[in-house]
Amino acid sequence: MALLTATGISKSFGGLQALRTCSLAVEKGSIAGLIGPNGSGKTTLFNVMTGYVRPDAGTVTFDGTDITGARPDRVFALGVGRTFQLTRIFARMTVLENMLIATQHDESWWRGLLRSKSSASEVDTAMELLGFVGIGGLAHLQAGALSYGQRKLLELAYVLVANPDVILLDEPAGGVNLTLINTIAEKIRALNATGTTFLIVEHNMEFVMSLCDRVTVMHQGCDLVTGTPAEIRADPRVLDAYLGGGDEDEDELHEAVAGA
Amino acid sequence: MRARNLWWLVALAAFGVFPLVVTNPTYTTIAVFSVIFMACASSWNMFSGYSGYIALGSAAFYGSGAYTMALLSIHLHMAPGAAMFWLVPLGGLVATVLAVPIGWIALRVRRHTFVVITIAIFFVFQLSAINFGFTGGTSGLNLPFITWGYQYYNVPFYYVGLGLVIFATALSALVRRSRFGMQLLAIRDDEDRALGLGVRTHAVKVTGFALSAFTVGAAGALYAMFVGQIYPQFVYDPMFDISIALMTFLGGLGTLTGPLLGGLVLEAGQQYLTIQFSNGSLYLILFGALFLLVIMFMPQGVVVYIRDRVTRRAERERAAVSANDAAAGDAPPPAGDPPAPAGVAHDVAVGGVA
Repeated sequence: MALLTATGISKSFGGLQALRTCSLAVEKGSIAGLIGPNGSGKTTLFNVMTGYVRPDAGTVTFDGTDITGARPDRVFALGVGRTFQLTRIFARMTVLENMLIATQHDESWWRGLLRSKSSASEVDTAMELLGFVGIGGLAHLQAGALSYGQRKLLELAYVLVANPDVILLDEPAGGVNLTLINTIAEKIRALNATGTTFLIVEHNMEFVMSLCDRVTVMHQGCDLVTGTPAEIRADPRVLDAYLGGGDEDEDELHEAVAGA
Repeated sequence: MRARNLWWLVALAAFGVFPLVVTNPTYTTIAVFSVIFMACASSWNMFSGYSGYIALGSAAFYGSGAYTMALLSIHLHMAPGAAMFWLVPLGGLVATVLAVPIGWIALRVRRHTFVVITIAIFFVFQLSAINFGFTGGTSGLNLPFITWGYQYYNVPFYYVGLGLVIFATALSALVRRSRFGMQLLAIRDDEDRALGLGVRTHAVKVTGFALSAFTVGAAGALYAMFVGQIYPQFVYDPMFDISIALMTFLGGLGTLTGPLLGGLVLEAGQQYLTIQFSNGSLYLILFGALFLLVIMFMPQGVVVYIRDRVTRRAERERAAVSANDAAAGDAPPPAGDPPAPAGVAHDVAVGGVA
C-alpha cells in the first residue's frame, strides 16, 4: 500500500514550469529514491509534499488522507518529516534544544505557554536519539558550532524526535565524506528495519542504488520512469535524461549511472 | 546559579530603597522615567529580542495605554489619587487586545517588511489620536489633578513602575524557560524549519507580540497618570519606538538583563543631561557616539560582551572536550570533517539568560 502519494502535481513559478503532472508513490515500509538532473523538480516536489509549496494542480495523500495544501506544521504532525538540502538547524540554540523543538507536534500550540521547555522523558528521548546518530557528546554545545556533517546528523535526529512514519531526506549524502555517508546509510537502514518509510533525493548514485528498493527518475518536472535499481540502470531513457542536455560530464555520468 | 540569584536580590533591594535614600524630587523624577523605560524595554525584548522580529511601533501600545488611563479617569470622574493606579493594568489589557489583530496582520510578513508595517501602524494610531474628537486632538487631555505634596508625589509612581519592571522581567524569564519561549527562539533562528517541525509559528508570534504589548500599555497608562496631561505627539512618539529598541540593543538583545541595563543607563542619562544642560537634544549627540562605540566593539550588547569575556575560556575548554569525546567514541566526524572552532559557539551565543 502506498503510504505517501503525489498524483498529477503541477507547479509553475512565473514562467518556469517546475513540475508538470508529476506522480510518485512511496510504498509503506520501503526506501524510495528520487533522482534526476539538477532542475528536474525533485526539491519542488518535496516542498509540495511537505506543505511548503502549494501545487497548481494535483493531490498529495498521506495514509489515505488528502494533505494537498496543508501547512507544514500539520503535515509534520500527521507523520511526515523532512530534512533540507542545505542543512537547517537552529544555530543559536544548543544541540539539545534543537532536539526539543519537534516535541510539541502532538499538542495544541498554547500548551507551550504553560509548560517548561522539556520534560525528563523528552530529554531522555532526545539524548537517546543523539546517541543513535552519534553526536550524543555534543548535546550542550551551541548548534552553530557543529561541523557540516554533524549538522546533517542533527537534522536527521531532530526529525526522529516526533517518530514520523515517513521521512523525506533531501540529499543526505551531499557534501559529506565517505565515512559519514556510510554512517548515514546505516542509520537509514536501521530505522527502515523498525518500520520507518523513506523517500530520498540524492545525486550519489552508489548511495541511492545500494539503499533504495525503488527509484524514480525525474526529468523536466515529470516522473520519467520508476523501477528497481537494476531496472533503472538498464533503462536507456534514464541515460538520455541525464545526458540529453549536452552535459560536459557525459562519460562520468554514464559511468555513474550504469556502473553503480 | 546561587550567586546570580544573589545579584538579582541586591539589585532589587537597591531599587527598593532608592526613594527612601534619595528624596530630591529631581532625581526621583528621573527614577520614575527610568523604571517606566526599563519595563518597556524588557517587555519589548520578550518578543522582539527572542523572536528576532524587530517591532518599531510599540508606541502605539504605549499611547493606547496612556489614552485608556486619561479617558477612563476623566469620564468615570475618578477622584484624583491612588485609585487611578487600578487603571494601569487596564491600560495593559487594552494594549494587549489591540495587539492581537495588529499582530495577526503584521506578522504575516517577514522581518524587514514587518518593521515597516509596525511603523505604519504606529502612524495610524498617532494620526487617529490627532484627528479624532474624543482624544482631544492636538490639545490633548488633562487628567484629574493629583494634589500630592511635591516631596511625596514621585514615590508611589516609582513603586508602581518598579512593579512593572519586576512583572516584565519575571514574565520574560518564565517565557525563556517555557516551551513557548523556546519556539520564539527557534523562529528567530529559522522560522520555516521550525514550521516544518510542527511549531505553529504564526500563533506563537501573535501570542508573543500581544503578551509583550501588555507591559508597554500599562507603562503608558502610568506615564499618563504621572505627567497629568497627554498629547498625541508625546504618547505616540516615534522616539519611544527607537529608544526602547536602542536600549535593548545596547544592553543585549535577547538577554534578560540587557534591556534593564540599557533602559536604566539611557533613560537616566537622557533625563539627567536634559535637566543638567537644559538642552533637550544634547543627549542625541552623545547617544549617537555611544552607539557607534557599542556597534563597533560589542555588537551583541554590553551584557553579552561581558558574559563572553567571563565564559569564553570555559566554553572553549568544554567545546574541546566534547569534540574529543565525539571523535574518540562512536561518533562519525572523521579526519576531513573537523569540529568547528569554539569561537563559533561564542559568536552565536545570544540565546541564553544573562
